Amino acid sequence: MKSPLSLRGLTKSYGGQRVVDGFDLELEPGRCHGLLGPNGAGKTTTLRLALGLIEADAGTVELLGHVLPAEAKQARRRVGVVPQVDSLDPDFTVAENLQTYGRYFGLSGKTIAERIPALLDFAGLAGKADAPILTLSGGMKRRLTLARALVNDPDLIILDEPTTGLDPQARHLIWQGLRRLISQGKTLLLTTHFMDEAERLCDIISVLDHGRSIARGSPRELIAGHIEPHVVEVFGEGLDEWKACVSGLCRRCEQAGETLFCYTDNPDKVVAELEAAPGLRYLHRPANLEDVFLKITGRDLRD
Amino acid sequence: MISFAWFPVWRRNFLVWRKLAGPSLLGNLADPMLYMLGLGYGLGALLPDVDGVPYLNFLAAGTLAYSVMNSASFETLYSAFSRMHVQKTWDAILNTPLDLRDVLLGELFWATSKSLLSGIAILLVIWVLGLYEHFALTLVLLPVAVLTGFCFAGLGLSINAVSPNYDFFLYYFTLAITPMVLLGGVFYPTTAFPAWLAAIAAWLPLTHAIELARPLILGQWPQGMLLHAAALLAYGMAGFAAALGLTRKRLLR
Ligand SMILES: Nc1ncnc2c1ncn2[C@@H]1O[C@H](COP(=O)(O)OP(=O)(O)O)[C@@H](O)[C@H]1O
Ligand SMILES: [Mg+2]
Repeated sequence: MKSPLSLRGLTKSYGGQRVVDGFDLELEPGRCHGLLGPNGAGKTTTLRLALGLIEADAGTVELLGHVLPAEAKQARRRVGVVPQVDSLDPDFTVAENLQTYGRYFGLSGKTIAERIPALLDFAGLAGKADAPILTLSGGMKRRLTLARALVNDPDLIILDEPTTGLDPQARHLIWQGLRRLISQGKTLLLTTHFMDEAERLCDIISVLDHGRSIARGSPRELIAGHIEPHVVEVFGEGLDEWKACVSGLCRRCEQAGETLFCYTDNPDKVVAELEAAPGLRYLHRPANLEDVFLKITGRDLRD
Repeated sequence: MISFAWFPVWRRNFLVWRKLAGPSLLGNLADPMLYMLGLGYGLGALLPDVDGVPYLNFLAAGTLAYSVMNSASFETLYSAFSRMHVQKTWDAILNTPLDLRDVLLGELFWATSKSLLSGIAILLVIWVLGLYEHFALTLVLLPVAVLTGFCFAGLGLSINAVSPNYDFFLYYFTLAITPMVLLGGVFYPTTAFPAWLAAIAAWLPLTHAIELARPLILGQWPQGMLLHAAALLAYGMAGFAAALGLTRKRLLR
């Protein structure tokens, strides 16, 4: 089966700065793909290129069998988009938002009306059809935006930071929805800077920094390939003295503020040392995607 | 091929407008009507006939053009700006199979429709008060209102495209709209203007609208009718072309 979206050598500059820099991506049908990167890495710009909203300086985009930007309009018929910034129509009710949006795809009022109950059900908004947008919580708005992206029954769904700014309950509801879409065989491409989100949802992850792909693979592959399997986080009184004598036990140690991150294949010895050090506290856990991410993109703040 | 892809955008604006039609109509129409009636009767009582008709009859054409211009301008400036910049409605639409041309055409035709509505409302007053010579000629004011609305909708969209915020529109109203009202012959005949001022006035879009509207109310076919109509069309199309380029630069780069 053909790739729903293929980006080759994509490059885009703003003011002399390469925001997307020779980026390649090949989506696999029916899988969930993550675009992971710090703020300003070029995630949103990549999605805008992929949708044919802006033109690349170099490289090619093929979206659902259409070459962009020439055939962008046809290609977008089969795509659903959840934008980073909410853009629901505040003057309309929940159902009117779906009705209006469906018309942009050339769907008839009848077709949309038939789809609305299932969409509201999917979004956990059953019974809210006539609610004004102003009465919805942030999580409800985000779920409605997701439902809106499904009104044309898309093959590919593109989501730009779908859960940023939501509380944990709301995030879990969105995740449930996305899992259902994945199980229905939809292809997903989502950006996020939440590692746990990417780890939970994505089959394949591209880590993006300064517009370049710096790592790619499944969450497991990325963790196994880039980082030691165990992490011991150490903090408390006497960290500096302890740090000097422990370095032989860990493959890699990194200090961030008051916390020392010890990456190791053999955590037992480190933990034994720590048990003997009063005043120090620690947390032993398996390495996760966040550790990979911090290792390859660095710990500097990006805002 | 003629495309109607813009229609859902027009329809979206219409549906929002329908929800608030009462207050919006009142706001759009009370103002020009009060101007017309207040000035027409108040000032009119002090004046001899103007251009051979009572002042109120003279003022009617100016009010119609003025009201249509305002309606299109407000819609393409304040309302369109809130859809483009504040609510991100345009961004949402651009993620669908519609493109920027469809969005802007939808806005252009919507603003034109709204200004036609303003024109119709003023025309109703003109009919009720009998401020015309030949009824049949006043019907031609409907296409005149459409052309005038189209012209100022196109111009307004181009200003909207470069506006950083709502305050910016004040420049447009101060530097473009108000001079046009004063030089275009809304409130008084411009026949007494010195040649240089008349030459400037002759180029203004609102002047063309009034040159069409006034004779139709005074019972004659306008002179140079095609020229005035073409000028309004040209201004509107140039404005729209500029709007398309500038908005593309703003949103899609
Ligand atoms: N239209 C634009 N004009 C100028 N700079 C832009 C534009 N869009 C994005 N950028 C810049 O490109 C960089 C990447 O932005 P973006 O793709 O939004 O990153 P992300 O979504 O990963 O946070 C940022 O530095 C941003 O300021
Ligand atoms: Mg972004």
